[in-house]
Amino acid sequence: MKHKTFFWFMLPTCIAMVLFIAIPIVSIFVQSLFIEHQKPTIEIEICDPFGCKKEVGVDIEAYAALNEEQPLGRFNGLETYIDRNHLAFKELYEGWSNSKNFREFSSTFFNLPFYKALTFTLTYTLFVTPFVICLGFILALSINALTLKIKGPTIFATILPMIVTPLMGSLVLFWMIDAEGIIGSTIQDLFNDPYLSLKASTTLTWITLITYGIWHHAPFAFIVFYAALQTVPQEPIEAAIIDGADRIQRIRYVVIPHLLPVAVFIALISMMDNIRVFEPILGFSAEASAQSFSWLIYNDLRNIEVMNFGSAAATSILTIIMVGILLTPVLIKTWREFGETR
Amino acid sequence: MATLADIKSRKLLIINTIFIITWLIIAAFPFIWTFLGSFKVREDFFSRSDWWYVISGFNTIIETGGRYTLNAYKEAWIEGEFWYAARNTVIVTFFVVTISLFLGTLGGYALSRSPYRYAFWILITALVFRAMPHITLVSGYLFPFFQLNIWGILPTTIIVLVAINQPFTLWLLYSFFKTVPKELDESGMIDGCSHFQAFRYIIMPVMWPGVITAGLFSLMLAYNDFTVTAMLLSFENHTMVPKLQSYLGTNQHEGNMMWAVASVVSATAPLFMIVMFFQKQIISGLTAGAVKG
Repeated sequence: MKHKTFFWFMLPTCIAMVLFIAIPIVSIFVQSLFIEHQKPTIEIEICDPFGCKKEVGVDIEAYAALNEEQPLGRFNGLETYIDRNHLAFKELYEGWSNSKNFREFSSTFFNLPFYKALTFTLTYTLFVTPFVICLGFILALSINALTLKIKGPTIFATILPMIVTPLMGSLVLFWMIDAEGIIGSTIQDLFNDPYLSLKASTTLTWITLITYGIWHHAPFAFIVFYAALQTVPQEPIEAAIIDGADRIQRIRYVVIPHLLPVAVFIALISMMDNIRVFEPILGFSAEASAQSFSWLIYNDLRNIEVMNFGSAAATSILTIIMVGILLTPVLIKTWREFGETR
Repeated sequence: MATLADIKSRKLLIINTIFIITWLIIAAFPFIWTFLGSFKVREDFFSRSDWWYVISGFNTIIETGGRYTLNAYKEAWIEGEFWYAARNTVIVTFFVVTISLFLGTLGGYALSRSPYRYAFWILITALVFRAMPHITLVSGYLFPFFQLNIWGILPTTIIVLVAINQPFTLWLLYSFFKTVPKELDESGMIDGCSHFQAFRYIIMPVMWPGVITAGLFSLMLAYNDFTVTAMLLSFENHTMVPKLQSYLGTNQHEGNMMWAVASVVSATAPLFMIVMFFQKQIISGLTAGAVKG
């Protein structure tokens, strides 16, 4: 294809991506360098029958004028990145030198919002991803063995958790495990404890969220594995049968090695998706004990009156850096493959 | 020997069946349960005393006289103005699907036909863009959109969703067009048509399977989106998912929880039907990138 034709074909989609993906990323970076204006103060004299007092208050007019003039706020450099709500180097250092033992330090550590979110996001990702791969693989093997007639409906029911938006999926589960729902009340009866609630403890909330994550993502892994299973060559399997390998051995020594690259692909995609975990936290109303990076950004922006653009932007940049680290292996892999084919 | 293998394989079959049935219950039961519960009153679906009320409708009979009631739906759709949110969702979904397919087919086709290095770079960039969490991009939109005074309206959200969706659509259609033989359009060009004409008269008639798959994914993205629609639309313009969330926020009001239940069912039902209808295309689309990647 000629350069000129290519250009005209690509132009619309490139404009869309540059305007609404590339420029926003630059915009986030710029925003993260600024911070809200300090509110200018003014001395007001308040007089009452007992005399006059001078009081310091916010000069609303001057503040509005300042915002008008510099809507982004004042320049703050990289300060936002290291403040208490983000990397918090100072607090970490103080916590390290002031605490007597590791336990004391870890309580300081987990009270810093960024590290709290980091811990949850990583725990979530590291637990959900392997389980998703295992469950998806077993599902694909089992469903592949079904007769053609019932395969269709089974696949449909299997992918239901994936196609529902996470907010709704988590709500549907939340209503069941709530103290007033079917699972929640059954658990209370089983343990004979009317106050037992999944919301009450941090550990239980995390387990719930992780279970939800597996439930939501396993169908994706299933579909990819299922498709890949159709491409497994028949000859080695037949050879294995002749050599006397049973089903388990055939899976262990023929199918799994063939599917390994696919598993790597699923792992990376599912990690990318898990690291942005956000909607389940809202759906399960788990904000108090589980916070992710996406939730931190949302929290900075959700109140339309006071939006912390700077803080949200700094968290966004840090998130992007994390995603970038995760993405590097995929990029290198794609790069090599393309190099071979082109 | 043969009997031993028989016993073994029968055992395996039983284990397999049990496993699949268990999984099907886990995967589908929550939806069935919510569907049943949406025809009851709040005291039955969120019952402290007995979960069996969701089936028997104990309080529903007392309050409304029948075992099933459509009250939750009526209230959510009319009082809760869910119909307006549904209308917005239809508008957003329709335009997002149309525009992203238009941009995506052009781009995907060009990428699949270009032998040059820069096509590869565009694909890699698209892959990076695909990985960006949506909320980080949203935090980049808000400030400029406020300044330009285009925050809160449907067209802005539509174009943002189109852009966010482009990387995936491009990859999907790129790998689809790769499977359409090059000779097809080359033969047309030998006969004297331009590249655009070759695209219009030779490629377009054969591209529908790929386009349907890409369209379904755009549809699911636009229909299901929460992050972008919740943050970029003003309250009046909310689509179904953020609307649903706003019902939850005000749950002091007793009826609102049932509004949310009814709207979850109303919002998922059309999606399930579409998926049931197009199941084959969705699965082929998901695997198109995977088997190669």
